[in-house]
Amino acid sequence: MSSTRTLVSPAALARPRGKAAYWTVFTSVVLLFALAFLFPVYWMVTGAMKSPDEVAQTPPTLVPKEWHLSGYTDAWELMQLPTHLWNTVVQAAGAWLFQLVLCTAAAYALSKLRPVFGKVILGGILATLMVPAQALVVPKYLTVADLGLLNDPLAIWLPAVANAFNLYLLKRFFDQIPRDVLEAAEIDGAGKLRILWSIVLPMSRPVLGVVSIFALVAVWQDFLWPLMVFSDTGKQPISVALVQLSQNIQLTVLIAAMVIASIPMVAMFLIFQRHIIAGISAGSTRG
Amino acid sequence: MTRTAQRRTVEKAAVRPVQAPPPAGERGRRRLADQTRAYAFLLGGLVCFALFSWYPAIRAVVIAFQKYTPGAPAEWVGTDNFTRVFDDPEFTAAWRNTFTFTLLALLIGFAIPFVLALVLNEIRHARAFFRVVVYLPVMIPPVVSALLWKWFYDPGTGLANEVLRLVDLPTSNWSNGADTALVSLVIVATWANMGGTVLIYLAALQSVPGELYEAAELDGANLLQRIRHVTIPQTRFVILMLMLLQIIATMQVFTEPFVITGGGPENATVTVLYLIYKYAFLYNDFGGACALSVMLLVFLGIFSALYLRLTRSEGEDT
Repeated sequence: MSSTRTLVSPAALARPRGKAAYWTVFTSVVLLFALAFLFPVYWMVTGAMKSPDEVAQTPPTLVPKEWHLSGYTDAWELMQLPTHLWNTVVQAAGAWLFQLVLCTAAAYALSKLRPVFGKVILGGILATLMVPAQALVVPKYLTVADLGLLNDPLAIWLPAVANAFNLYLLKRFFDQIPRDVLEAAEIDGAGKLRILWSIVLPMSRPVLGVVSIFALVAVWQDFLWPLMVFSDTGKQPISVALVQLSQNIQLTVLIAAMVIASIPMVAMFLIFQRHIIAGISAGSTRG
Repeated sequence: MTRTAQRRTVEKAAVRPVQAPPPAGERGRRRLADQTRAYAFLLGGLVCFALFSWYPAIRAVVIAFQKYTPGAPAEWVGTDNFTRVFDDPEFTAAWRNTFTFTLLALLIGFAIPFVLALVLNEIRHARAFFRVVVYLPVMIPPVVSALLWKWFYDPGTGLANEVLRLVDLPTSNWSNGADTALVSLVIVATWANMGGTVLIYLAALQSVPGELYEAAELDGANLLQRIRHVTIPQTRFVILMLMLLQIIATMQVFTEPFVITGGGPENATVTVLYLIYKYAFLYNDFGGACALSVMLLVFLGIFSALYLRLTRSEGEDT
């Protein structure tokens, strides 16, 4: 336990009245969190296991009377979840790879290779931070259409590279790597690419992790952009497919599909929670 | 390269011999080769920024003054797009709804995470648990949280009215009532997004020096006075930054109204971005959509500029 002093003094907490107050607050917060954040998730997971009649029943049952797995199996088959999940995986993985390769290379060039007009280019990239991404979806859509990329995963992959936030994060990290280290490697005869691969990247593991998570989550959670560029049902990621199919499908099946759609990111979060939470807390300024 | 190899290169750097400068002609050639290599690394990223960031920004402004149909030659129409959009009754509704949504999101969606972070910072047990749980909804895809709450808001069998019945309160139409729809959407957005705000604010609270609280206590300041005179001034910068970020994000709200209410009832939840989407994909009016985009762009640009200025000046301080 860290001993840093906070709003309430440790002395006040040590008194019997302080202790009682502390445990009252603690219990209420636990209850509040359970009700506000965990209960909706519980309701969703169990709702999908109720029979269609039971889901529509008032007052609702807290625990399913009978546990049905058919909601989940129906969702898997009727809503073609394997196709949509696979589409999402392809879109997210490609966006991640493109971002990692092209943003890293560009950030390395801007940070260490001193290109002429480097300052101007960096300024142009940072200026896009001022332009809210969503306000430009229509002209961006028209450009993607002109390039013939509609219904193509490239429509997700290439625009993902134009991510000023991640590029700047990488550049700032590379800036901290001392030039001496790189120059020494150069005298040893290492080329620029080899320096990037063997020195810069291994030293940048933490920032690469953060950028990777941001890149994956952004694609998995996005809705408006894939809604625009994938009119072909067979190419749609799960977020778009869920909304398109939600109109005419049984409630229990839809809920089951919602649970399935949430599992990958929630699982990733639970596995990497320490890194993700540390990353956000470490002054990440992303909204 | 292994770590030992890395160390070796560092040692070598220390005893690097001073090289004689190469003759002028060779230096020029070397510089050209260096620049070519630098731009080879930059190229992929630059092309993507040019195509999907810089060009669309310029194009939005150009198309805002054109009659534009994909595949057909564009015609200049002056400010026709703007006047047509202004005359649309949905235009006023969309801006009013967006402003109301942003304001409500500041009142509800900012006050709650703020108080929650203050309380969480005092809790000395199960810290990791609270942080994971509060961030869990952020990891659920926005489309899923929107559909989930649409189900909760169902007037007949939804959980929201069930809870009200349980405590003997009158039931509500939630997202289906013209008066309550917008607030219902703010609740969804708050539930889904507050995890990030809580975590960032918690981190800021941890940087407040403990001596300040001690000194304030010695001066006889009670709990609320300590919050007012120590906590808030000490975290002023983060509060302001989070507020601006939230304004920028909520002004671009789309998923919740699109999925939960479809903009209704009676246009009560049409937002500016939703209207942009409608112009482009329902009315096939790309000129109108771009005119609206430019308006949103200019408006949000002011907030973004404020945000960048704030983070920049803070960066110089530290």
